[in-house]
Amino acid sequence: MTLKSLITTTSIAVCSLMGLHSIAFADSHGGANHMGRTIGVSCAGCHGTDGVSHSPHLRSISELSEEKIVTALKKFKSGERKGSIMNRIAKGYTDEQITAVAHYFATVNK
Amino acid sequence: MNKLNRRDFLRLAGGASVVSGLSLAGCASNPKTGSSSKKVVVIGGGFGGGTAAKYIKKFDPSVDVTLIEYQKTYTTCPGSNWVLGGLKDLKSITHTYDAMKNKHGVNVIHGWVSVIDAENQKVQLSSGESIGYDRLIVSPGIDFKFDTIEGYSEKDVGSVPHAWKAGPQTTLLRNQLVAMPDGGTFVIAPPPNPFRCPPGPYERVSMVAHYFKQHKPKSKILVLDAKPKFSKQKLFMKGWEDLYGYGTDNSMIEWVGAPDGKVTKVDVKTKTAYAGDLEEAVKADVLNIIPAQKAGSIAAATGLTNDSGWCPVDPKTWESTLIPNVHVIGDSAIQSPLPKSGYAANSEAKVCAAAIVDLLNGREPGEPSWVNTCYSLVGPKYGISVAMVYDLTKEGKIGKVKGSGGLTAMDASRRKEANYSENWLINISNDIFG
Ligand SMILES: Cc1cc2nc3c(=O)[nH]c(=O)nc-3n(C[C@H](O)[C@H](O)[C@H](O)COP(=O)(O)OP(=O)(O)OC[C@H]3O[C@@H](n4cnc5c(N)ncnc54)[C@H](O)[C@@H]3O)c2cc1C
Repeated sequence: MTLKSLITTTSIAVCSLMGLHSIAFADSHGGANHMGRTIGVSCAGCHGTDGVSHSPHLRSISELSEEKIVTALKKFKSGERKGSIMNRIAKGYTDEQITAVAHYFATVNK
Repeated sequence: MNKLNRRDFLRLAGGASVVSGLSLAGCASNPKTGSSSKKVVVIGGGFGGGTAAKYIKKFDPSVDVTLIEYQKTYTTCPGSNWVLGGLKDLKSITHTYDAMKNKHGVNVIHGWVSVIDAENQKVQLSSGESIGYDRLIVSPGIDFKFDTIEGYSEKDVGSVPHAWKAGPQTTLLRNQLVAMPDGGTFVIAPPPNPFRCPPGPYERVSMVAHYFKQHKPKSKILVLDAKPKFSKQKLFMKGWEDLYGYGTDNSMIEWVGAPDGKVTKVDVKTKTAYAGDLEEAVKADVLNIIPAQKAGSIAAATGLTNDSGWCPVDPKTWESTLIPNVHVIGDSAIQSPLPKSGYAANSEAKVCAAAIVDLLNGREPGEPSWVNTCYSLVGPKYGISVAMVYDLTKEGKIGKVKGSGGLTAMDASRRKEANYSENWLINISNDIFG
């Protein structure tokens, strides 16, 4: 684990305890959730810009709550939830990254 | 014509990046461009360049972004095989730069970049116009090595299309397939590695088979491959079995891998391909040669390529390891283990855009992350895919995240994956051009 992700992780833990979600992701990038954004924008290929889908085949993840996204990704990751694509993708992320990306989609453009 | 022993051939078939020092430029005025603004020029408005231009504006609207693209509209290669199969028309996969200009505030110039003057940090268009940059992004896609197949050169693409850049070439190949009589033979010659879209030739085979099955059921498809194996091979072959009688005496498709399948010579007039060491002649009714590939010509002309013909980069920022302040993304970059795909180009562009915004604002770029999923349609309701998540290794290279990704499971729903394929093309096209 890099120093940066260690710091972010620690700050998530501390701030969650304090209930201060809005600053939980503060880092050197002026308060931006860098990890969440980096991963979040890469989801747009299938899920649409900012998680807004323009396709009839897929629901917008921007409509889902932060908790729902975390739960879904963790279930895909563990294999508890069957999938075709997301089961393969979710295994590529740590729990910290999953928390960060869910937070990104819950807050982007809102 | 000599007959190739195709069954034997089938049996035969088996199967550095240097981290450059980061110069934290800050937003100090650039002595070369003489401006105190943050000026980025992007060459190429496709999957890589189009995404990068839009996302730089998204990440930092104060950056002045100019996109230089030769074509007035962009037709996606993804989906172009579906046009060949009769599933879509070309218009539905063709996009304008209107949103880029009007919605996202990118300056769009339609012109050809003939020179990159890296020393003085400016690019020159064939019109003579010259534009300065603080950071340059180069995403020119691919060009062809026309000297690798005897008898096939650039002037022949009007009768023997490659259709590996979508647009008029796609229409030409489609028209030839439509004009072909039932009972004819379509011969396709996929290129050697590395090339744009590893599963693309085999999706094309599938889509042409779908079209033949509907309209010309007595026709045949012969694949003369420069490689001994190919991407998603098992999934494709299973799909061909499920849909097109592959492996039976009645198979519509026959695949011949290297060395015997490797096309060395073409007679364009008679549409004859010569394959393997023995140069066995195969006469086609419609011939599709996909030549070996290299980085887009402007990259080599600028000295951004190494001996491989592709551009070495530092994947954390996608800055060239050969020329500072110039970033190369998409097919032209040495991006392995990321494939030369539209999805990868889109993912790389976002990492590059974020890094450039950080560098222009005097920040150290953050940890990157990439994802790729390459979908292919074997039939209209039959999709397959390969997916992977990538991160930066300790050595500063792109690595596959262990345990992630892989191929469509053999028992997974092909119908669902066909829906996801279509979904992907809609959403990624919108992510770039919407
Ligand atoms: C048949 C086929 C099917 C495919 N299917 C898929 C798929 O399903 N999924 C997937 O992920 N990928 C797919 N791909 C691959 C995908 O198209 C490419 O990987 C992607 O386009 C690469 O993006 P790029 O930015 O590098 O190049 P491009 O998208 O080709 O963009 C390059 C642009 O630069 C412009 N340009 C070049 N030089 C200059 C210059 N000197 N001055 C001005 N403009 C210039 C060109 O006009 C072009 O518009 C497919 C490819 C093919 C051929």
